[in-house]
Amino acid sequence: MNLSLFVQQILNGLTLGSVYALVALGLTLVYGILHIPNFSHGALFMAGAYTAFFFIGSLGANYWVALIGAAAVTAAIAVLSERLVFSRLRDSPPLHDMIAAIGLLLFIEAVAHAIWGADFRRMAPPFPGIMRIAGTVLPIQRALIIGGAIGLMIALHLFLKRTTTGATIVAMAQNREGASLVGIDLTRVSIITFAISGALAAVAAVLFAPINLISPSMGNLVILKAFVIIILGGMGSVPGAILGGMIIGFAESFGAFYISTDLKDIIAFALLVAILSLRPQGLFPAPSR
Amino acid sequence: MIAKALSGRAVALAALALAIVYPLVVPNDYFIYVMALAFIYAIATIGLNLILGYTGQLNLAHAGFMAIGAYTLGILTVDYGVPFWLAFFLSGLVAAAFGFLAGLVSLRLKADYFAIFTLCVGLIIWLVIEKWDALTHGVVGIIGIPAPSPIGPLRFETPLANYYLVLAVLALSLFLMDRIVHSLLGRAFIAIRSGEGLAEALGIPLMRTKVTAFVISTAYAGYAGGLYAGFVRFIGPQIASEANAFDMIAFILVGGLGTLSGPVLGAVALTWATQSLQFLQDYRLLVFGPLLILLVMFLPRGIIGTLKARQARQAGAKAAAERAAAVQRSAAAAEADRTPAHA
Repeated sequence: MNLSLFVQQILNGLTLGSVYALVALGLTLVYGILHIPNFSHGALFMAGAYTAFFFIGSLGANYWVALIGAAAVTAAIAVLSERLVFSRLRDSPPLHDMIAAIGLLLFIEAVAHAIWGADFRRMAPPFPGIMRIAGTVLPIQRALIIGGAIGLMIALHLFLKRTTTGATIVAMAQNREGASLVGIDLTRVSIITFAISGALAAVAAVLFAPINLISPSMGNLVILKAFVIIILGGMGSVPGAILGGMIIGFAESFGAFYISTDLKDIIAFALLVAILSLRPQGLFPAPSR
Repeated sequence: MIAKALSGRAVALAALALAIVYPLVVPNDYFIYVMALAFIYAIATIGLNLILGYTGQLNLAHAGFMAIGAYTLGILTVDYGVPFWLAFFLSGLVAAAFGFLAGLVSLRLKADYFAIFTLCVGLIIWLVIEKWDALTHGVVGIIGIPAPSPIGPLRFETPLANYYLVLAVLALSLFLMDRIVHSLLGRAFIAIRSGEGLAEALGIPLMRTKVTAFVISTAYAGYAGGLYAGFVRFIGPQIASEANAFDMIAFILVGGLGTLSGPVLGAVALTWATQSLQFLQDYRLLVFGPLLILLVMFLPRGIIGTLKARQARQAGAKAAAERAAAVQRSAAAAEADRTPAHA
């Protein structure tokens, strides 16, 4: 077979995997706080893309300003959802949190729908050029996605491992009562975690938007794949989210190329069904708390 | 106890009588049509309530199973010329068979994994319906589905006749669900909702019981789908959409999670609410989303659940007052007994 086409698929897989991993990272961090899958996370992804679209289209901001603005706005939406909804449901059964998360998802999607309509929007790539590496064509936007995602993952890793604030997030995820006993403030940790998860989703969306389309339902498939990823990688596991993101990204890119583009969206879910049938606890189960 | 059961039955019979008279007093067929649709969704929602409300598992693929029932009927009658009632009989069975397979895989999972898994199952069903042109007619959908064929002298060509057919199936569904949740099996479902570990310790076979609940619930979805196909006579992939599944969850929450009549009340109330607020059609989810959140925050038991809880509280207060009065009476009597001795 053609080697350069093969390399091309690897680059595609890396691009998709980077986006999925960023979304899954936020989801897995929030799982540590909520202990439920946050179904509204996909809406944050979509909100990030629209915010950047608004900054660029209506305010004439440049790409980087829009990226930071979208991250800030989406982080604020995530924190608001935590303050107004999830923190008030802390003592409710998990079923109620999940239904509330679905309510949030419907609401944020409906707001985007009401403001921008159902039409697909396009965000012009800020760097339309291409790079050539060893005979393979790599659009700069894709390089940006891969580089940006890897940079963010390293930053997040250092934040969680090297800073006290990061350590409080990890501690809270490991054991809420224990963390409270040693004086960690649940409210503060929740706010920080939601802000990070919102910002990560927005950055992923804004990086991805120029090579994709923007629509109110753009987050749905991405978030479902992020769910598959955190099940593969273990709920609450940061390395698991990154590895899972890459697995799904590569499976999709090679599946679309060698099997069929029609089936590429089903591949992730078929993988999930297959894996959960064989290992109900996921590939890398978190140690029981 | 007997009086309470009687009053429950009286309310049910009164509601049934109202539903029978309803088409005779409304001005036109539109009211009959909308109400029949609400009843069809109520049947599917009663099924969802068994797994969500009674057994405590958030199934997000319920619309998908309804779509399987609808497409079973549509494909069999239109493409293969199978008689309507045989196809209808199969619509619930096929949905339940898929439910059995999905349940075997997914019900071993923890509750939140189960919710995600079923969300994916729902999406797979939707994608398969949309992409498998040869079987499902793809995005075009299936048109020209025949109306239910006559049973003896009963013909189902008018909306009115269909309304009564749907009402009959709804009444049968409620009756069967009543028998199920008040049986030993129903107790087992509720025990699982309260705590899987404890239920297992009581000797309830966890997996088998949950799969049973799931199969029954998907059969309800399938039959509702079959009825829908025969009533609307056109089906498209959007029956399987997530929005449809979320609607049914909203019906249950409004009516009352884990109550018998809650899903019916919720389906009828919310269907009419969205119908009468026509301007809201486009922005329906703008209202539905916050509604779901506010309900779980402030009225997690829904209308029926809240009413029941109040009734129970009042009954409890009444019993306590009676007890207190009895204690007082006996104390007074004892006092009266003692007084003459002193005199």
